[in-house]
Amino acid sequence: MAFLEIRNLRKSYGRAQILKEINLSVEKGEILGLIGPTGSGKSTLLRLIDLLEEPSRGAIILEGRAVSGRPEKERIAARRRMAMVFQKPVMFKSNVLDNVTFGLMVRGEGQAEEREEKARAALQAVGLSGYESRDANTLSGGEMQRIALARAIVLEPELLLLDEPTANLDPRSASAIDSLLQGLAGGRTAVILATHNMMQCRRLADRVAVLVEGKITALGESEAVLGQEERNGTSGWKVPGSDLPW
Amino acid sequence: MEEIWNGILRAVELIVTLNPEVMEITARSLFISFTAATLAAAIDIPLGGLIELREFRGKRALVDLIQTLYGLPTVTVGLLVFLLLSRSGPFGSLELLYTPTGMVIGQMILISPILIGLTISALRGVSPHIRDTAISLGANESQVIRTIIKEARFAVVAAVLIGFGRALSEVGVAMMIGGNIRDYTRVLTTSIALQTSMGNLETSMALGIILIGISMILNLSLSRFQGR
Repeated sequence: MAFLEIRNLRKSYGRAQILKEINLSVEKGEILGLIGPTGSGKSTLLRLIDLLEEPSRGAIILEGRAVSGRPEKERIAARRRMAMVFQKPVMFKSNVLDNVTFGLMVRGEGQAEEREEKARAALQAVGLSGYESRDANTLSGGEMQRIALARAIVLEPELLLLDEPTANLDPRSASAIDSLLQGLAGGRTAVILATHNMMQCRRLADRVAVLVEGKITALGESEAVLGQEERNGTSGWKVPGSDLPW
Repeated sequence: MEEIWNGILRAVELIVTLNPEVMEITARSLFISFTAATLAAAIDIPLGGLIELREFRGKRALVDLIQTLYGLPTVTVGLLVFLLLSRSGPFGSLELLYTPTGMVIGQMILISPILIGLTISALRGVSPHIRDTAISLGANESQVIRTIIKEARFAVVAAVLIGFGRALSEVGVAMMIGGNIRDYTRVLTTSIALQTSMGNLETSMALGIILIGISMILNLSLSRFQGR
């Protein structure tokens, strides 16, 4: 039984079908790369897995139990086993420490001191030690992205959903984040990494799913899916099963 | 013109000498309206949050209705609360008519549409990504509402100040529910109306100047909040 299973998932907005019959599974300790062009439905799929939206059809199954379409109380319980980093993270109007401890606080985990200690460790992991008292909304896009990642990893989630987590980062910061994610491999966390960056996907992901126009067109070991197709980074690369280059 | 000038001089004298009756009326006005605004805020801000964050049939019509009630005539509210609290009314046994408590209830009803409506407007100004982030991090509904209200705190505080100002300056509820009883339910507005009808223009103007002064302080506070 897979830790996360996505079965026959469909999502439509009006007549527009964004996701079509998605079937995926992820194990704990595994990093699944989700790669595809802009508008292919990667972010929507992550939002559905995070239970921020309901699928039009199909199911999200966590350790054998359907969590989509369930009452809000059960959805909250399931969501508290996950954490998501959005493509364009937003910060609460407060300092960095409050932002990083937010998830721990709403989940009722530990005392204030314990939460702060965990938050400091998470900030250190993303290279932002000493930022605790800074106003989170005055930081650069890249710094906010790292705060968002710290806000997620501090929760020690069983499932980590990452939507382009290094898109706004300079190469050095991106590399630090990659190392952090590599550290999660083989542990108790399952990671789904949505990205445009094939190099990153190849470097981090155990398996890759290619999403084109809402459909999974290829799924398998990273090397098998990406290895033969990759040429000079993302430029000119063609998705298996699609004519779309990106 | 001389009457007005004398009135202003008398007003200044009453204020500078801290005339006991004027001070008492002022303190009572502030206490009743502050209590009404605080209690209304405790109910209306979360209610505004629920209305804004939940999707339900008739939501738009409800918000339109709330906004229509911003300009609710104070005498209409006074009449409604009077009927509810009068001896033959459903809450007559509580004996709240002609009491400060009755005035607080009336003012709460009067300012509730403003507080709920402005809270809804304030929360609409918060990015939907904040809501998604809070939910994604594991917040339940009440935690999400608290988070979003906190994000919109300056606009929400401004709504409470506007509500307080409206409660302080209204006369219909205070007169009809309070009855303008000396040393008990007499407040600035009812006292101004009484003193004017009795021809005591100096006292009336003193009270008017105090009322305007409080309004100015409120507006300054409001500007400061809105500027942040």
